Amino acid sequence: MSFRLEKAKDADIQKTIDVLNELFDSQSLAVLSTQRDSQPYCNLVAFIVTGDLKGLIFATTRATRKYENISSNSNVALLVDNRNNQISDFHDAMAVNISGTVVELKGDEREKYIQFYLTKHPHLEDFVRSPSCALMMVAVESYIIVNRFQNVMVLHVEK
Amino acid sequence: MKFSIPIEHITPADKDCVGGKAYSLSALNKQGFRIPYALSVTTEAYNHYTHRNGLHERISLELHRKNFHEMRWEEMWDASLRIRNMFLTSKLPDDLEQNLRGLIEKIFSGKAVVVRSSAPGEDSAGASFAGLHDSFVNIKGADAILYHIRMVWASLWSDAALLYRQELGLDVTKSTMAVLVQEIIKGEKSGVVFSQNPDDETQAVIESVYGLNQGLVDGTVEPDRWFLARESGRVVSHIPALRDKIMAPAPEGTTLVQLPKKIQALPPLNSEETARVFALAMQSEIVWGYPQDVEWTFHNDQLYTLQSRPITTIGQGRSGDERPWYLSLKRSFENLKTLRKKIEDELIPQMEGVANELARIDLNTLSDEELIGQIKEREAIFDHWEKVYWSDFIPFAHGMRLFGQVYNDTIRPEDPYEFMDLLSGAGMVSLRRNSLLEELADFIRNDEQLRQTLEQNREFLKNEDFSSKLDSFVESFGDLSCSTAQCFQGSDAVIRILLELASRPKDKIRTHDKNTEELSQNYLSHFPDDQQAFAAELLDLASASYRLRDNDNMYLGRIEGQMLYALREGLARINSQGTYAPDSLSAKEVIRMLQDPNYTPKTSAQKEEQEQAMPFKSVPRQLTGQPAGPGVCQGLARVILSPADLAAFKAGEIMICDAIDPNMTFVVPLAAGIVERRGGMLIHGAIIAREYGLPCVTGVPDATALIKTGDALTVDGYLGIVVIGT
Repeated sequence: MSFRLEKAKDADIQKTIDVLNELFDSQSLAVLSTQRDSQPYCNLVAFIVTGDLKGLIFATTRATRKYENISSNSNVALLVDNRNNQISDFHDAMAVNISGTVVELKGDEREKYIQFYLTKHPHLEDFVRSPSCALMMVAVESYIIVNRFQNVMVLHVEK
Repeated sequence: MKFSIPIEHITPADKDCVGGKAYSLSALNKQGFRIPYALSVTTEAYNHYTHRNGLHERISLELHRKNFHEMRWEEMWDASLRIRNMFLTSKLPDDLEQNLRGLIEKIFSGKAVVVRSSAPGEDSAGASFAGLHDSFVNIKGADAILYHIRMVWASLWSDAALLYRQELGLDVTKSTMAVLVQEIIKGEKSGVVFSQNPDDETQAVIESVYGLNQGLVDGTVEPDRWFLARESGRVVSHIPALRDKIMAPAPEGTTLVQLPKKIQALPPLNSEETARVFALAMQSEIVWGYPQDVEWTFHNDQLYTLQSRPITTIGQGRSGDERPWYLSLKRSFENLKTLRKKIEDELIPQMEGVANELARIDLNTLSDEELIGQIKEREAIFDHWEKVYWSDFIPFAHGMRLFGQVYNDTIRPEDPYEFMDLLSGAGMVSLRRNSLLEELADFIRNDEQLRQTLEQNREFLKNEDFSSKLDSFVESFGDLSCSTAQCFQGSDAVIRILLELASRPKDKIRTHDKNTEELSQNYLSHFPDDQQAFAAELLDLASASYRLRDNDNMYLGRIEGQMLYALREGLARINSQGTYAPDSLSAKEVIRMLQDPNYTPKTSAQKEEQEQAMPFKSVPRQLTGQPAGPGVCQGLARVILSPADLAAFKAGEIMICDAIDPNMTFVVPLAAGIVERRGGMLIHGAIIAREYGLPCVTGVPDATALIKTGDALTVDGYLGIVVIGT
């Protein structure tokens, strides 16, 4: 397995992967965090995660702060969660912090992953196919999973 | 899920999912009316299709790009065109395709059909919106039928429907469309009947033509008309038509053909037939309990009901409702050909004549009283031609739209505005002017001494070729600054622009033969031999329409220029000391000042921006408009508020304006991109931007207020976004 869950058995790891996949299927938007000159900056992005959980893809036009920030520092974090804005969120909701580095996909890779991206976001076809739009791939290094208010687990993606 | 229901199986419970038209026919069928056999493609099919392929949300994104009340008609047309293209390029999901294809092949097996819209609520009493959605006549084969079903779905979002969205209750989350696939009855005579005349409630009206009634419905073929007493069915009057042409089935679709001479003399209906049609309408009224508008056709002496709906009319809006005017722009091909002849042979020569005649009058020599007379006369002349502009020239722009629609339907290109590239070979006056400017700039590029002379002292020109060319330019196009609406520039402007043009390399200029020939051949190759003539004629008409879209305003600009000359002369007389410099001139005020020495109009005092007490500052970062010219560019903004701002335009700047006037386009070759408040793809700004291959975003509300000259901008003409700042 190319995942490492601290002090866990393979069966636990598979269970965590299933939970993550379920969460990612249920959510279309993630909060993306970039930085510039040590000032963090957040955005909502429509994302999709690759089947092996090693990559996360989102799209942005190039004349944006987030694209500029990424160009100078490719380290990013994203947050995906399933909160409902209810009090029950405190015990019920799950949030996942995704850390990694991001690159822009070009050429055939871009076309390949656009097809994949559109399976989840078909309505973004015009946007993502625009030559002014960049398709970005985050090489995920870790998933930090928070549930039951303060239960935290780290899933490392091994290279 | 019931994606489709054969007409005989429709029950009252299906009313909402088969739509008004299908439901009404199925009910009449049960009452013994003769109807063509039909299959209803339900709203569930539409919903399944639009949800499965993301269209549902894509339509929402398109329609929420901008507030409706900020959208111009042209922008609605554009939005509608883009949505239509989404339907054209999105396939049916497999399960739906299988269901429909199977039934269509089984039921119609190669027979021609009519594919009609049947929107829920569309034909209910009090909400009849005839003609807002599309129908397609004489469609053969499962592929073509399935394709036209998508076309009818797309027409749920036609520009006309968007215009009447409130009355229709059009809502992306709720609105849906059923389709009726109806066996075609190739009737020998057809028409419509109103069981009650909208203008006289004691009468019924029959309209009838030879051939298919498509020609009558779209206004191409003039019908014979009978007025009958509702009480007795007696014919009160018969108004015959010219009857030279009829709409007949073509291999696919319909075509206008000549009616044989000997038939022309006879009205399409005899007295027995008018009685049968009248009886049909009255029976339908009894079934529904409301006066009905029934479409019918006679085939082998059998009378078929094609559709029946309650009478209500659109296009008779309250005064001030300009939507009917807009809808009237949807002129037919025939109608546009006539309009073109009028514009090219009559109106433009007249406009040129008027402008030249006015230019011959020496305003200096007139007395004040005569000058007042001239101002009044010129204002009236300008008003007259401005009205002509609205009544004849703008409707003629529909030629481009008609062509665009045919082009997109035939070629199905990725880019719904590819047809504009084909039309751009048409050569507009402003482009001729701009290419002459480039020639002049070339002199400066190649002659350093000339450049220095012009920069230092513009009076002494040693280069005679240049001088004579400049003179002939000014002769042909007038002093640039004065061919614009307001001219306070002096002739320096031409030379300043020439210097600026010369400061950047020549290769930036787009040549105009870009694939036009290829596009044109590709377009024509999509038509069968017997439609080649039509295709070529339509292209020619659209090219004329494209050309005129620019030129007409230029002709109007010359007339307006003559009015402004007279105003300037008036102002100069009142204001010989130069103490009064108004921001703008109104004829009324100039006349009043000429008559009343004590009258001084209020100058619009510059309002000082009040310091905000709030500890916040709001700055726009990214503005959205409509994508109107593909490409991305970065540069500094040059906001054009008056023609005077044009002279300061520097190469590589981005032009920000309220609305590009063709008279302003001479600086376009200098621009890196264009941002315009006024929206639409067929406006001059968008046309000229495409012509020069410049990124262009139109329809940005408050563009000239939110963007300041000198702001660093990124213009994304693919997505219609303007980013301010870095």
